[in-house]
Amino acid sequence: MGLFRKKRAGYKGCHFTGVAGFHAGREAAGMKKRNGKKWNKYLYAGIVMTGIAVVLGVLGFFWTPYSTTAMSAAEKFSGPSLRHPFGTDNFGRDIFSRVMQGLGTTMVISSLVVFCSGLAGILLGAVTGYFGGILDEAVMRITDALNGFPSILLTLVIISLLGTGRQNVIISMSLVFTPSFVRIVRGEFIRLRDADYIKRARMMEVGKFRILFVHILPNIFSVFWVSVMIGFNNAILAESGMSYLGIGVQPPDASLGNMLSDAQGYLQSAPWCALVPGLTIVWLVLGFSLFSEGIRRQGAFDSGQ
Amino acid sequence: MKYLGKKIITLIMTLFLVSAAAFLAFQIIPGDVVSSILGTEATPEREEALREELGLNDPPLVRYGKWAAGVLRGDLGISYRYSKNMNEMMPVAELIGDKLPVTLWLAVLSLGLIVAVSIPLGVLWAKSGSRALDAALGVITQATMAVPSFFLGILVTWLFGILLKWFAPGGYVSYKENFPGFLRYLLFPAISIALPKIAMTARFLRNSMLTEMGSDYVRTAYSKGCGRERVMYRHVLRNAMMPVITFLGMIVAEIVAGSIVVEQVFGLPGIGRLLISSISTRDFPVVEILILYITFVVIFVYFLVDVLYKVVDPRIS
Repeated sequence: MGLFRKKRAGYKGCHFTGVAGFHAGREAAGMKKRNGKKWNKYLYAGIVMTGIAVVLGVLGFFWTPYSTTAMSAAEKFSGPSLRHPFGTDNFGRDIFSRVMQGLGTTMVISSLVVFCSGLAGILLGAVTGYFGGILDEAVMRITDALNGFPSILLTLVIISLLGTGRQNVIISMSLVFTPSFVRIVRGEFIRLRDADYIKRARMMEVGKFRILFVHILPNIFSVFWVSVMIGFNNAILAESGMSYLGIGVQPPDASLGNMLSDAQGYLQSAPWCALVPGLTIVWLVLGFSLFSEGIRRQGAFDSGQ
Repeated sequence: MKYLGKKIITLIMTLFLVSAAAFLAFQIIPGDVVSSILGTEATPEREEALREELGLNDPPLVRYGKWAAGVLRGDLGISYRYSKNMNEMMPVAELIGDKLPVTLWLAVLSLGLIVAVSIPLGVLWAKSGSRALDAALGVITQATMAVPSFFLGILVTWLFGILLKWFAPGGYVSYKENFPGFLRYLLFPAISIALPKIAMTARFLRNSMLTEMGSDYVRTAYSKGCGRERVMYRHVLRNAMMPVITFLGMIVAEIVAGSIVVEQVFGLPGIGRLLISSISTRDFPVVEILILYITFVVIFVYFLVDVLYKVVDPRIS
């Protein structure tokens, strides 16, 4: 992610300085100011929080301190201790290990959802925004209708058509998340399609495909990036919400949402069972929104705004 | 008037499309309804009779026509899962009828809380020059927005229900028996729905007000001798409320969605819980009606927002 940002730094500056400065912006506005500039505190906090979550989540795929499914009658509901930093649940399973696994699952699902819907959003948004016409009209009517809708309801409907389970969660969430990406990408393509440098590219008979994805696409990344960040956060919330409702990742696989719904019954005797996975979700979402806020501010500063 | 007419036509068109989509989508699902109602032991004659009774032998479009006509007359169909007694199927209307008030009251309470808290908070936030308050509110609202509603529900249960004992978790009181007690219990789910929305709305109002405060008419108001309070409430707030109204419209749509989850957390017998359980038991007649109902609420709220907008700002055509 970091690499990607650096590579695009020049383009980013360009977005804020306006279209005319495409080439100039690439050389002057971006790179020079970024060097030697300190990260702002949002970015710092965001990177630290997200970093810890990502490391734990990725590690959770390969190794957890205890098995995530091993039950132990002797250690039911033991509170947080040195042996079990976050305590154990109603089956005596180590909560820390399960949180690690759940974090990984949530992040993988959310990333896949954002990737699929972002890609679909780019393709649809680029074509509809650049060419306009009937296709544009049709796609916009549909996205307008879908956008106004509570996303959880839509996901529920699609889930009820497809059935529960991991793939279906990814498919339904991707479908639900696509319209917001289409809308943003389309708006940017409309803004840029009549820009001088695009007109010039057309005059030079650059192919349509090349104009769309080589000339315009890099210039919308700073805007697109923000919506990807928001989308990722919403995906985390939606995924955990669905597994909380029991229609997402199915037990015995751990997910933050289904840990919460299991733990709810023991709120009185073992509050940590619910607090730990819940706070983990908050940590993840908060970290990521601080991270995106940080990037946004950093980017705005770069072009001198 | 022309504006209103156009909006109403769009409203009806959308409802029609959604109802068709909701109905037809559930027709393509594999799985035989009849055998799931009667079980695998039933005789073929019995199955055939039920199929005829439910109208499952007609082509999908005919069935949609019948269903839509029924809905318009107030006949919402019958549930596949619930039955009144051995011989009678449960009508969907009856099933939804006594769950609807729960969800409606929950939504009303939540919206009331959101409006009552977020608007003063947003104004206070925009007015205060204090950097400490600004930073504190910034952090608090950011953190609140990161809490998913179901976890907030659990936190509220834990804090108010178990630690402070202000209410008994799971001790839902029916509105038929004890209305004040019902509202009292509902207050806590409403808080869980409202808190993140309060944070969002307050932030939004504050930003909107700060933008307005930089505009020319504010300078003019000051220069003709208006006091700070007057400028704030009579000039800035009015203009800053415009986008907030739209925002609140979106919030209502989200409250409807949020209540689906929060009803589950607090064990409220509302339509959200009915929707979830009907989805997992594939009780499609109920699901179709609920989707149609929620869509109607959402679209109607957007419609109201449009109309309200026009009333507040006559410049919009």
